[in-house]
Amino acid sequence: MSPSVRLQEMIRVIRSARTQGEERGVIQRECAAIRAQFRQADNGGRSHNLAKLLYVHMLGYPAHFGQMECVRLIASPRYSEKRVGYLGAMMLLDEKQDASLLITNSIKNDLSHSSQYVQSLALCTLACMGSAEMCRDLAPEIDRLLRASNSYIKKKAALCAVHIVRKVPELGELFTPAARSLLSEKNHGQCVTRDTHTYMPDLVQIMKGLVTTGYSPEHNVAGISDPFLQVRILRLLRILGRNNDAASDAMNDLLAQVATNTDSSKTAGSAVLYETVLTVMDIKSESGLRVLAVNILGRFLLNNDRNIRYISMTSLQKIVVTDHNAVQRHRGTIVDCLKDPDASVKRRALELSLALVSAVNIRSMMKELLLFLSSCPPELKAQAACGIFNAAERYAPSQRWHIDTILHVLTTAGGDVRDETVPNLIQLITTASDLHCYTVHKLYRALITDISQQSLVQVACWCIGEYGDLLLRGECDEIEPVQVSEDDVLDALETVLQSHMSSPATRGFALTATMKLSTRITDNVDRIRSIVSIYGSCIDVELQQRAVEYNALFKKYDHMRAAVLERMPVIDKSSPDHSNGESGGGALKEVEPPKLKQGEAVTAQEPANQVHDGDNSQDGHNTLMYSCDNLGSPTLTVYEKNGVTLKLHCHKQSETGLTVTLTASNSSDWDMSSFTLQAAVPKSVQLHMKAPSGDFLPARGTATLTQTVLLNNPNKVGLQWALWIRMSYTSQGSAFQDTMQIDSFPGPACH
Amino acid sequence: GMRFLLLFSRQGRLRLQKWFTPTPEREKKKIIRDMTTMVLARKPRSCNFLHWRDLKIVYKRYASLYFCLALEDQDNELLALEILHRYVELLDKYFGNVCELDIIFNFEKAYFILDEFLMGGEIQETSKQIVNRSIEASDMLQETMEEYMSKPAF
Repeated sequence: MSPSVRLQEMIRVIRSARTQGEERGVIQRECAAIRAQFRQADNGGRSHNLAKLLYVHMLGYPAHFGQMECVRLIASPRYSEKRVGYLGAMMLLDEKQDASLLITNSIKNDLSHSSQYVQSLALCTLACMGSAEMCRDLAPEIDRLLRASNSYIKKKAALCAVHIVRKVPELGELFTPAARSLLSEKNHGQCVTRDTHTYMPDLVQIMKGLVTTGYSPEHNVAGISDPFLQVRILRLLRILGRNNDAASDAMNDLLAQVATNTDSSKTAGSAVLYETVLTVMDIKSESGLRVLAVNILGRFLLNNDRNIRYISMTSLQKIVVTDHNAVQRHRGTIVDCLKDPDASVKRRALELSLALVSAVNIRSMMKELLLFLSSCPPELKAQAACGIFNAAERYAPSQRWHIDTILHVLTTAGGDVRDETVPNLIQLITTASDLHCYTVHKLYRALITDISQQSLVQVACWCIGEYGDLLLRGECDEIEPVQVSEDDVLDALETVLQSHMSSPATRGFALTATMKLSTRITDNVDRIRSIVSIYGSCIDVELQQRAVEYNALFKKYDHMRAAVLERMPVIDKSSPDHSNGESGGGALKEVEPPKLKQGEAVTAQEPANQVHDGDNSQDGHNTLMYSCDNLGSPTLTVYEKNGVTLKLHCHKQSETGLTVTLTASNSSDWDMSSFTLQAAVPKSVQLHMKAPSGDFLPARGTATLTQTVLLNNPNKVGLQWALWIRMSYTSQGSAFQDTMQIDSFPGPACH
Repeated sequence: GMRFLLLFSRQGRLRLQKWFTPTPEREKKKIIRDMTTMVLARKPRSCNFLHWRDLKIVYKRYASLYFCLALEDQDNELLALEILHRYVELLDKYFGNVCELDIIFNFEKAYFILDEFLMGGEIQETSKQIVNRSIEASDMLQETMEEYMSKPAF
């Protein structure tokens, strides 16, 4: 009679439960019965009960009450009970449970048991869940088994030793001599179970034997003699040769032999070849061998099996930097894989293709990449767009090509590009001054075709606002000009303004562009005036504010309008890690003209910056709180906590110096005394703190404290201002302290 | 080395779990949830390799069971497919035309076979014959012992 009948009966009952609730009911009953059985004396059914519990555990139900039963069963003299007990230990106990310590003694006893199958149970369990303590305790036993026992036990002891060494590395030395002697034995099983202290020539011998001479049928897999063993040996060779020139030399021939002789028609052979390639790439191999390895990967790319194609790509990706030329030779195949039906392969192909782009192949590669972009799966679009932009920026053969490429991406995947694309493209356009006419024509055409891609629409609006006069002139060198009337252009912008598809930021661009045209067109200025006044009552606060300001520009400041709206100078690309953190901040900086003369009427400058700010601000991205007072020289709130508010106002004094005023206020209900501010600056900057106005900060904001700080950067190094401020004060009898870092200063006057 | 091996049905029911490194219970449950969700979501003709955290996941479907093996970065994925296949062969030899029901109703046997083939996250024995012989001998030992213990002691 099969011993598992009772277990199988329970499984059948559980499986016949029709609902989750019913199943839970059955299991609760069964667990109660099992618990009761555990408490009873030995009745011959203990192993079955534990097995039932293990099944229930696998379904996801709690089974911790079985832990002690495992300990008991392991100590039983009956093999069937030991077997299930050890299985339970491996499933229910881990090194964190106290119960696991209790089985150490049983394991120790079983390691010396007369039956090798009992020894094997103990070894297996120790290798599975042995804690560091258990390993230390039992290591000498394992060492003994490594030396003195039969091959069956030796191989298990060796693997157990591997686990021990991983857990407690110092014990590795204990096992080294035994490991050495294991190698000289011919048994396949033991060869597989090596640890890292090995002896190379023997390995090479064994490997040679496997590859060249006959094979034993029991180890054969599809014509490859023991691929598991071959891979193991290759793995070891890899470890040995890693930083070792001599070892790498010695295994050169062997690796070449394996690479050429292994039949790759079945997966087993490919597995061995793959491991060979990994080994060659990891050790100090000679270039001929590396080329051989890359060629194997290239062959894999053409394999019908998509798994092989996939791992070939992942491997190529790892070596594309170090062995760039070798991988370039397979560029054609890699690019073809962009069309592979498998999504993972496509992704790898994309990454690899981007890595292979160079100045030489940029035009042909970009064709392929743009083609890919138009039909690629949506989850890859953002990555592809980003990669294309980077490649275009690095290798663009001409500015026109660059602009065209970016426009192409915006047309096909405008929704997937990052926010910086818009200011980056605008900056690029301004620098390509001889292409302004071409660019604005191209963008106008794109705009009247489709206004759904926000990034494209924003750039188009900006361009039309800026270069609208070139558009209206109707002549262009590089492109067939369009006959456009002023009304046509204003129609286009108004469509954007009114469309449901336009985001608030886009509408801002359109409104500003419309305003700018007021100085570039001649006949329709009134139309612009009326558009602007309509939006003065727009619900969107941002648009309303702009419209009101533009209205003011028409009415009160009309004499300045031409100067304010004139053509912008070429924008300098700001340093990429200006630590504003948000792209919005970076964009703001890009728009500012690099040099501001202090002599010019400050009033004229401020509105100008407000107008242009709007073009590139990323609404909602800027985390710094902005408040404008005194005609727009901005104050920044740098700290707001526990009722203390610290505001920073900066004004530039000279080319290298900066004056900052800190204003503190207290909105809590308790006065603050001994209020002090300390400041620190980077090494390149000199600091001078003037005396504060006081050190008493009354409650409820009735008075403020100010302190002026002078910063000087005589070397003009980087001109990056950064300030650390430590604040300390006493409130309600307790001392408070806080620090903050300010690394971006508000307002154009500060840069 | 291998980190874990999971067998689960097409409905996501776990049939076997082998953990080659100590893992807390809560973490095991999370991993099982993640694996079943990820693997079951794969389209029919995708490749058999996935990336998850810092591990490579190799999975293969045999009839109604998914075999899922987690590897470390240095391990050979193609070989992992061979490992899974070898395990299926061993099960097939033992049960004769093995199907999911065999593994459900005799799950302890599936573990015993696995423990003769893999140990400590590495391959233990590459010979099919030796593994089969060991299992047969252990099974016989089980029955022999049971007969012995059930004999009345006079």
